[in-house]
Amino acid sequence: MSGASIAMHMSDGIVDAPTSAVFGLIAAGGLGYALVRARAQLDERTAPMAGLVAAFVFALQMINFPILPGVSGHLLGGALAAILVGPWLGSVCVGIVLIVQALLFADGGLTALGTNITNMAIIGTAVGFGVALALRPLAARGRRWLVAVAFVSAFVNTVVASLGFVLQYAIGGAGGASLGAVAVSMVGLHALIGIGEGIITALTVGAVASARPDLVYLLRGKAPRPRTAPAPQVSPEGSAS
Amino acid sequence: MGAGHAHPLHLPGTSPVHRLAPQVKVLTAFLVVCCVVATPREAFGTFGGYLVLLAAVWAVAAIPPGWIGRRALIELPFVVLAVLLPFAQGGERLDVAGLSLSIDGLLAGWNIIVKGTLGVLTSLTLAATTSPRDLLLGLQRLRVPATITTIATLMLRYVEVIIGEARRMRIARISRGHDPRLLWQAGAVARSVGSLFLRSYERGERVHLAMLARGFTGAMPVLAEAPVTRREWALGLLPVGIALALVVGAWWAA
Repeated sequence: MSGASIAMHMSDGIVDAPTSAVFGLIAAGGLGYALVRARAQLDERTAPMAGLVAAFVFALQMINFPILPGVSGHLLGGALAAILVGPWLGSVCVGIVLIVQALLFADGGLTALGTNITNMAIIGTAVGFGVALALRPLAARGRRWLVAVAFVSAFVNTVVASLGFVLQYAIGGAGGASLGAVAVSMVGLHALIGIGEGIITALTVGAVASARPDLVYLLRGKAPRPRTAPAPQVSPEGSAS
Repeated sequence: MGAGHAHPLHLPGTSPVHRLAPQVKVLTAFLVVCCVVATPREAFGTFGGYLVLLAAVWAVAAIPPGWIGRRALIELPFVVLAVLLPFAQGGERLDVAGLSLSIDGLLAGWNIIVKGTLGVLTSLTLAATTSPRDLLLGLQRLRVPATITTIATLMLRYVEVIIGEARRMRIARISRGHDPRLLWQAGAVARSVGSLFLRSYERGERVHLAMLARGFTGAMPVLAEAPVTRREWALGLLPVGIALALVVGAWWAA
């Protein structure tokens, strides 16, 4: 790995203890709700499907891309997961990846887990998918439009997740003053990360849409509600590879 | 190569720390970090106390401090942020070697560095002494919903497969003249990510069918519970007691 790698995983001590506790509760509630919705969508398929999608998100985060000379960012994958498998399963997967990274890989502080989950798994994914949902009529027009919508959604996801950090820093930042400088540098940096994230998300969604358009959650059906009836489970080519 | 997430930080061993029930260790690590975060930033000696506490745990667990130290570098990006604070922050200023530094910024930077470092060291200690499977078992016994732990278990079981697949795709791309540093070649990366997703998703469908064939009903069977004795809890939570004494002492002095 060359140069510094910017991950948005906050460490311990950036926000104070009460703020960490409050966002811990928000994260637990949000993740719990997303889990309930994901189970309604997938039933007993939840565990294996979410497990594999989470493994995919985990592997995805190993991809570094250059932002500035010597600085690289890695993918978050929140918007990508939400567009491909839906916001509920997407949130759950990103949240679980964050939990595992904090516990097994010391990436992100234990007390910062609540703030990290809130920013990346909940706020980022929700707003990113909200943008994609609002632009869905555009995305349905064709592959080129879908790619553009995926880019905007991933860009917004990244920037909004960094705004979550700014909010937490404003509430309980251990640094105190100069919130403006923090906001400008965080949002500026993440706008750059967001461009990289947006490009890769857009092209990935495009690639999936041309190979298996039925798997792109954003394009499914007219109504955005997940289907509860048992879905067709395995495609014939699924068992071949 | 950015393989930062790929290798677990587990250091197998048979020390008392390794053998402690995982739920006790997870709870202890979490509570100790809570104490660290709640410590006032001016209590310099208290942070030294935490470091001595961690060093004692490493001694019991037979973890070389250098082993931990090398892995603590993961925290570096935040140190960069903390180093910038004394320059960026306003308020009362201090002149050191011709540089004008903000006292408040210095303290804020120190606060982030020391708490972040102690947090990373604690997490590393937990990860070093607990296998991934045990960590998830510990979460389950701490009443984390079974769906979460099942998903995490399956994720860990397959993440190496997916990463291996991603690595093979990368080697295939590079051997065909791909250069990942060039932004205009992002298309190739993205198409690989796209097929990685399809392969992961379809593997999930196959795994589900395989699980069904083995009698999966939507929940993983609970394995035999080994009861944790009161003595084990007391011993395991001893670091929390010490950390609590340190943080209370620091607030008392402040």
